[in-house]
Amino acid sequence: MLQDKDRIFTNLYGQHDWRLKGAMSRGIYSGLKDMIGRGRDAIIDDVKASNLRGRGGAGFPTGLKWSFMPKDSGMPQYLVVNADESEPGTCKDREILRYDPHRLLEGMLLAGFAMGANTGYIYIRGEFFNEASNIQVAIDEAYDAGMIGKNACKSGWDFDIHLHRGAGAYICGEETALLESLEGKKGQPRLKPPFPAGCGLYGCPTTVNNVETIAVVPEILRRGVDWWTGLGPENNKGTKVFCISGHVNKPCNVEEEMGIPLRELIEKHAGGVRGGWDNLLTVIPGGSSVPCLPFDTCCEINMDFDSLRAVKSGLGTAAVIVMDKSTDIIQAIARLSHFYMHESCGQCTPCREGTGWMWRVLERMAKGDATVDEIDMLLDVTYQIEGHTICALGDAAAWPVQGLIKNFRHVIEERIAGAQRAAAE
Amino acid sequence: MPKLTVDGTEVEFEQGMTVLQACELGGAEIPRFCYHDRLSVAGNCRMCLVELEKAPKPIASCAFPAGDGMVIKTNSDSIKKARKGVMEFLLINHPLDCPICEQGGECDLQDQAMAFGFDKTRYEENKRAVPDKYMGPLINTIMTRCIQCTRCVRFATEIAGVEELGLVNRGESVEISSIEKAINSELSGNLIDVCPVGALTSKPYAFSSRPWELRKTPSIDVMDAVGSNIRVDSRGREVLRILPRLHEEINEEWIADKTRYAVDGLRRQRLDKPYVRVDGKLQAVSWDVALQTVVDKLKATSADRIGAVAGDTSDAESMFALKGLMNGLGVKSIDCRQEGAAVGGERGSYLFNTTIEGIESADAILLVGTDPRWEAPLVNARIRKRFLEGGMTVGGIGPSVDLTFQVDWFGTSASDLQAVLDGSSHFSSVLENAQNPMIIVGNGALIGDDGEAVLALAGDVAEKFGMIRDDWNGFNILHQAASRVAGLDMGFVPSENSLSAKQMAGALDVVYLLSADEMDMKGFENSFVIYQGHHGDAGAHGADVILPGAAYTEKNGTYVNLEGRAQLANMAGFPPGDAREDWTIIRALAGQLGVELGFDNLVELRQALVAAVPTMAAIDQIVPTAWAKPGKAGAVSGQAFDLTVTNYYMTDPISRASETMAECSDVFVNIGEPQATGTEG
Amino acid sequence: MIVTSRPALETGNFQLTGERRELADKIKLRYPEDRVASAIIPLLDLAQRENDGWLSKEAIDFVAQETGSASIRVYEVASFYTMFNLKPVGKHFIQVCRTTPCWLRGSDELTNKVKSKLGIEIGETTEDGEFTLIEVECLGACCNAPMVQINDDYFEDLTPEHLDKLLDDLKAGHDVSIGSQSGRIGSAPEGGPQTLLETKG
Repeated sequence: MLQDKDRIFTNLYGQHDWRLKGAMSRGIYSGLKDMIGRGRDAIIDDVKASNLRGRGGAGFPTGLKWSFMPKDSGMPQYLVVNADESEPGTCKDREILRYDPHRLLEGMLLAGFAMGANTGYIYIRGEFFNEASNIQVAIDEAYDAGMIGKNACKSGWDFDIHLHRGAGAYICGEETALLESLEGKKGQPRLKPPFPAGCGLYGCPTTVNNVETIAVVPEILRRGVDWWTGLGPENNKGTKVFCISGHVNKPCNVEEEMGIPLRELIEKHAGGVRGGWDNLLTVIPGGSSVPCLPFDTCCEINMDFDSLRAVKSGLGTAAVIVMDKSTDIIQAIARLSHFYMHESCGQCTPCREGTGWMWRVLERMAKGDATVDEIDMLLDVTYQIEGHTICALGDAAAWPVQGLIKNFRHVIEERIAGAQRAAAE
Repeated sequence: MPKLTVDGTEVEFEQGMTVLQACELGGAEIPRFCYHDRLSVAGNCRMCLVELEKAPKPIASCAFPAGDGMVIKTNSDSIKKARKGVMEFLLINHPLDCPICEQGGECDLQDQAMAFGFDKTRYEENKRAVPDKYMGPLINTIMTRCIQCTRCVRFATEIAGVEELGLVNRGESVEISSIEKAINSELSGNLIDVCPVGALTSKPYAFSSRPWELRKTPSIDVMDAVGSNIRVDSRGREVLRILPRLHEEINEEWIADKTRYAVDGLRRQRLDKPYVRVDGKLQAVSWDVALQTVVDKLKATSADRIGAVAGDTSDAESMFALKGLMNGLGVKSIDCRQEGAAVGGERGSYLFNTTIEGIESADAILLVGTDPRWEAPLVNARIRKRFLEGGMTVGGIGPSVDLTFQVDWFGTSASDLQAVLDGSSHFSSVLENAQNPMIIVGNGALIGDDGEAVLALAGDVAEKFGMIRDDWNGFNILHQAASRVAGLDMGFVPSENSLSAKQMAGALDVVYLLSADEMDMKGFENSFVIYQGHHGDAGAHGADVILPGAAYTEKNGTYVNLEGRAQLANMAGFPPGDAREDWTIIRALAGQLGVELGFDNLVELRQALVAAVPTMAAIDQIVPTAWAKPGKAGAVSGQAFDLTVTNYYMTDPISRASETMAECSDVFVNIGEPQATGTEG
Repeated sequence: MIVTSRPALETGNFQLTGERRELADKIKLRYPEDRVASAIIPLLDLAQRENDGWLSKEAIDFVAQETGSASIRVYEVASFYTMFNLKPVGKHFIQVCRTTPCWLRGSDELTNKVKSKLGIEIGETTEDGEFTLIEVECLGACCNAPMVQINDDYFEDLTPEHLDKLLDDLKAGHDVSIGSQSGRIGSAPEGGPQTLLETKG
């Protein structure tokens, strides 16, 4: 188990003062001037060396992403923080936003400097009203204290931070949809190429990073790359905030070491599965977009990007949704399908038409009102969506259904057979 | 040039092309719905997916830049399956109403479903229904058929320049909407053409015909002087609809709404019998009686008391015949400029010399007394196209109308043009610094008493600011009449010491009006009026004899557009009743009057026409024309220019007879929008 | 640059007042001068607050005018994002999270409680205009499921009984405490944090 001394988010539960004074007492903003003094390349090299992978779901190497930003584009460059946390099961960024906002602002200053951005926007989901209020207070405090703004932290670097509230759209967590939304449009993902590092916000070089990703950077730099790479397995370094929800005795957020066994995570931190480990039906290990795991896998899987990728699931946002044996798994996935239908931007055909189709079939299947043939048809529909859409929402909608059919086909078949028996009687 | 491989064939392509364009060069057929080569790329339909070697998933070829060395497969099994999948998704919520759909037979969805789709559906759920929308008198909507490709939104926003259409809501609830407003654009009819399905269809044409029942005649539009290329679709004698025909140099693939929708005017208020006024009342008579009446009158009148005016939609052949007749009679007061614009003289002085396509090379435009949006919507669209590319400034002298692009309306009268010439206007430096500046002079600047002086001033401006060079001619007259340039080319203007159209009022005993309806007929109250034309409009109402002629779709005629480009219009059907092709009427009169015209049939007429006006032989060509100083120097007034088109939808007898155009006038011009119910259509 | 022809907007009497007007001007300064359209979403939010929780046509046109945008573009935005209401809502806008993590922990019972207590279905408003009920998708408080959002505030770790009382309190105009209704500290496990015991604020 990760030791408290290695935890970054020491105010994860909001027990301490989240405002500037409290933040500074936790070491935030200390040594910033010197860190910046090391120069852009040194920071990017450290982040690369740390092997930090993006905490928003895709796990893309952060240092590499930053290095895509041009050195002298002659245009304004932007850092945009993705605080649109909306992936079902995920509620970690919210804690950083409301209880540790200065950690984010500090990270933004460093990241902005490293990528040559003088302006940072925090795009926060609109529903996080109180969280946004805290962020705004923190921004105002940081300006007043000279931590950001002109000559931020006396580093010689000018850095402005602005808050932008969204208005209810999961798709705005997709980075190009987020940029569209930030430009005042519907959150419809853009076609790629071009990529944001070349043509992002207002057509200028832009990097979009998740809240947690940005917030851990200062500690990596402050404590050193070696400290960070001493945690977690190869290629999956560091700590991670896990969100454990669903059928556990004590749902919670917790910062743990990457690669922690799933079972240990659930039993040590979340009070175990309701009714005991053997009462576990399945776990969705990384937010709603990744396929669920069969019981046997749950017993031995480690929680990191590569381990979960190897079992054809994913770490995603590290949102662990636990379901015990009382769960109607078809209905549980149908709910997710409803979510994707509701959140599809409607721009491209497979997602617009396919998400609703999947949901409707699943709703019928949950009642047994379907034929066994339709299971394969449904699977085929998921393949018709997967890989054919503008953004990854199509894939995200398809995978949970594929996971259901792969792991629980027998449940659907039994449900259908049961309904047919009932109808015959 | 870079190369890529399409289905095993190496293809050279130009840098900047998309994969789709490169694939087409290689002969591959890529299905698509949202992609339209004149609109921005949306990439949303996903029908154009192709396989790119080493890419993890198929790419949307319409949006992906072609790169050197790419290996593309357009017909692999996985791509065929992907297309089938997209096709199935497009169809699950699409109604199976092809048998009653207006688009049937010319539907992209239908065609591509046949070529790339499944033969049955697996979708067992209820289909989605989408409420229809109100988009004005021209566009019928059946929104359940919409496949959300957003071509219409992009057309309205980008080409038409009216930001009134959008895709509202999200997910499977997305709908195209104008928030229940009529689409206020003169190009709105093109929305129907860009719609790949039957969601947007022509409201006036609804349920008229099936495409395969129609005879399709390529022809030329006469609603303005642009000479848009059109296709006239007719069944029997009746013209049912008009569609655009591609001409990159003129109208690209668009036409204006009057061009498309005035067709119902061809069926109404037609003159189908000769008439003679007896005791103050027009009475139907035989051709013999009508012609004899005209012959007697002309014979009995001295040539200097006779005049002839050719109207705005007259074809070159009938004007040429009428000119021949008048010449034979010794009549010198002839004119093709009913509104009295001060144009004429050398050809170089009255053409749109830059050409329509040439607008795309301009970097500054000075508009003088013109509203191109209403006078020539496709010229306006071309200016907008150029404007959107950036780096062009447009200034205007005249009423500050909204042209769908930014115009600096810095002046109102000829004095402001004088200031430009003097260098005392800020726009002088704009022209000074431009590489390829243009001046566009409209009738609004030319119909005043100082018209010739204004024109001369415009010529001076052109010369001073480098608009007249060997490699560039930036001097342009924006004519409004389809007949105008041909009329001027053949000299259908008064000779010395004779009367112009404007001067004829009250000054003549006999006037011969060839489809001239836009003059103040009060001026002819005391004249004997011979009206030859096709509609019972102003000219016919004031006539003493009516000789029923043919509308533009009912005769073979030559029209020379404002650029000086001669084009052939073709007969799509016969004129109604006893009406005749116009030149034949004049030929008959000439015969009875003993005037030798030198032709007995259309071929001979055209030979004579070409002999007299050689540019008429250069069909569809721009004949190089030397610069000629226009107008006549003189004092100009400070009077503000007026615009000459006050209602775009009603400018000639056909559009004035059109119920559709009347409805448009109510909705767009005479303001006071109808109650939108959302269920109309 | 897209330059288009559009008629002048009639925004009626709709205006932002007081602090909202000031905030709107402040918000506009967050974006580059020629990118005021970026303020469409925040301004729609302010307009909705000004207009008792929903966006009228006048409010939408007002935002279009403020941001130099076409009305249809703003309408597209207003209709795209779920937090914008295009018809009136009650004083207390109850948004029950229905997505799987909340559903697993009993969100249906919350919805049913509201329905039976207030006699309204999803999407309906009580006759007295006090409450509107809708179901929403994941609100990002999954470790404190089930939860509802009422206006701007989250109420977490709810049981139907909590909710029942909460609605009574809201209607009565009593102060209510937001966040966990079971007394948890943030998203720490029930019974208190098991980690971060050595750290100090």
